[in-house]
Amino acid sequence: MLAIYKREMKAYFITPLGYVFLGVFLLVSGAVFCFSTFYEMTSDLTEYFSTMLFCFIILLPLLTMKLFTEEKKARTEQLLLTSPVSVFSVVFAKFLAAYTMFAGASVFSGLYFIFLSFFGNVQVGLLFGNIFAILLIGMAFIAVGVFVSAITESQLSSAILTIGILLGFVMISMLADYIPVEWLRFAISSLSVFYRYQNFAHGIFDIAALVYYLSITALFLALTVRSVDRRRWR
Amino acid sequence: MIRVEHLSKRYGNRYALDDVSFEIGEGEIVGLLGANGAGKSTTMNILTGYLSATEGEVYVGGVSVLDDPTAAKRKIGYLPEQPPLYFDMTVKEYLDFVYELKGCSFPREAHLSEIMNVVKIADVRDRLIGHLSKGYRQRVGIASALVGDPPLLIFDEPTVGLDPKQIIEVRNLLRTLGKKHTVVLSTHILSEVQAVCERIVVIKEGHIVANERTEDITRRLETESRFRAKIAGATAGEIKEALRQIRDVTRVEQTGARDGESYPFTVETKSGADVRRAIFNLCVSKGWVLYGLERRGLDLEDVFVRLMDAGVEATDAKDTKKKR
Repeated sequence: MLAIYKREMKAYFITPLGYVFLGVFLLVSGAVFCFSTFYEMTSDLTEYFSTMLFCFIILLPLLTMKLFTEEKKARTEQLLLTSPVSVFSVVFAKFLAAYTMFAGASVFSGLYFIFLSFFGNVQVGLLFGNIFAILLIGMAFIAVGVFVSAITESQLSSAILTIGILLGFVMISMLADYIPVEWLRFAISSLSVFYRYQNFAHGIFDIAALVYYLSITALFLALTVRSVDRRRWR
Repeated sequence: MIRVEHLSKRYGNRYALDDVSFEIGEGEIVGLLGANGAGKSTTMNILTGYLSATEGEVYVGGVSVLDDPTAAKRKIGYLPEQPPLYFDMTVKEYLDFVYELKGCSFPREAHLSEIMNVVKIADVRDRLIGHLSKGYRQRVGIASALVGDPPLLIFDEPTVGLDPKQIIEVRNLLRTLGKKHTVVLSTHILSEVQAVCERIVVIKEGHIVANERTEDITRRLETESRFRAKIAGATAGEIKEALRQIRDVTRVEQTGARDGESYPFTVETKSGADVRRAIFNLCVSKGWVLYGLERRGLDLEDVFVRLMDAGVEATDAKDTKKKR
């Protein structure tokens, strides 16, 4: 598993993809940071994080779109699947590599707040709560992306479908507001990634949300293992 | 080393493999022969655990590929039809990756250097795989199969796309490997099997139609005989009829169009019989002109075609039996 993880990490940096991701991520987060704090003359950081969540919908598929599609195209999946490693460790290694890239970029962009603290009053608890939440949501998003790359044949369709599904997660909560039936509204909005995020955004540690994000991650990784395995049974 | 029992693989309602059974012993070099689409790659993909089987069992070194794939895969070095290479890695990086992937425990540098020397890629070890020629890529693929020194090597069409010199090199390499390993290779090139393999398994439309030692097949080639004759002086029908009257002749066939005033024929005889003198005498007595006469042994192509035809008959017989 370590071998595949190392290879994926290397692959991000021998192709332009890793640099493009890091560049775009830092550019976007920098811009969002400027607009949400300096322009607004505030040290409140909830707006920065909730805007970044929307940006993840576009940014994270960059990391996951090639994970399985490229292996299929180059037939290298044949090497992985005929090697003495389990399908799960192949899937998990790829997930972990994409997550490392994402987490690295997120933590790095957290440095902005150190600079901000020179000029204003940053609430440390709120900051860590938000970073923690973002790391969890990114985990769930990446698991979705890994799954989609396993069921698609090209990088482009993988990226587009991932964006579509992630948008769906967002839309659900907007849709929920229009549902007149109380229990149905509750059920649907509790499926929403953003509804779950609210508590973290206000600095409250929400165990239910933690479980929710971890379950989504586990669910999509399990689906990935299934779909990779299923190719053998066609 | 390999035991395949009643293996079937169905895609939709088409059988790619239908009730295939065979065994391959330790240290054998076996050729899997068949036309394109006969089921060679499917068989190999199931042997290596890449595909599942619809029915049947596969044992590699006593371990079931379906029940304990990880243990079975440890015993196998596999080169698929298209070598699974990462074009953005150098040869050394790639082999390092395969080494770690297979979880080998040999001293790494010595092991990989030895492999690179055996398949002659040491000179390109620091070049990107994407920049290598087809022949080198194929050899890098073979090298990756050799990493970890697995007792069973499976090569799917290892010489496709190579130039004649490289083909000879790869065949020599396969023979060398066959001294230490069990080797299974697939091909649709007959001379390749003849050059390398001790035994041939012929697959046609998902069935095994022959499973014989190469030398037995070669012996069969020697005992049957064929002659080519070019004769002029009468109509093709008359000549054909007269040739058929000769003793020991089993079959006469016109093999081409009229060439000038002569017609070409192929004459098949019972094993060992030589009818060249009789043909000559026939022409003399009739006043015909003999433009050419030569003996032509049955080559592997002919045996191949016959096995294929036999396969069709066997399949037909089986189908009728099923219907009953």
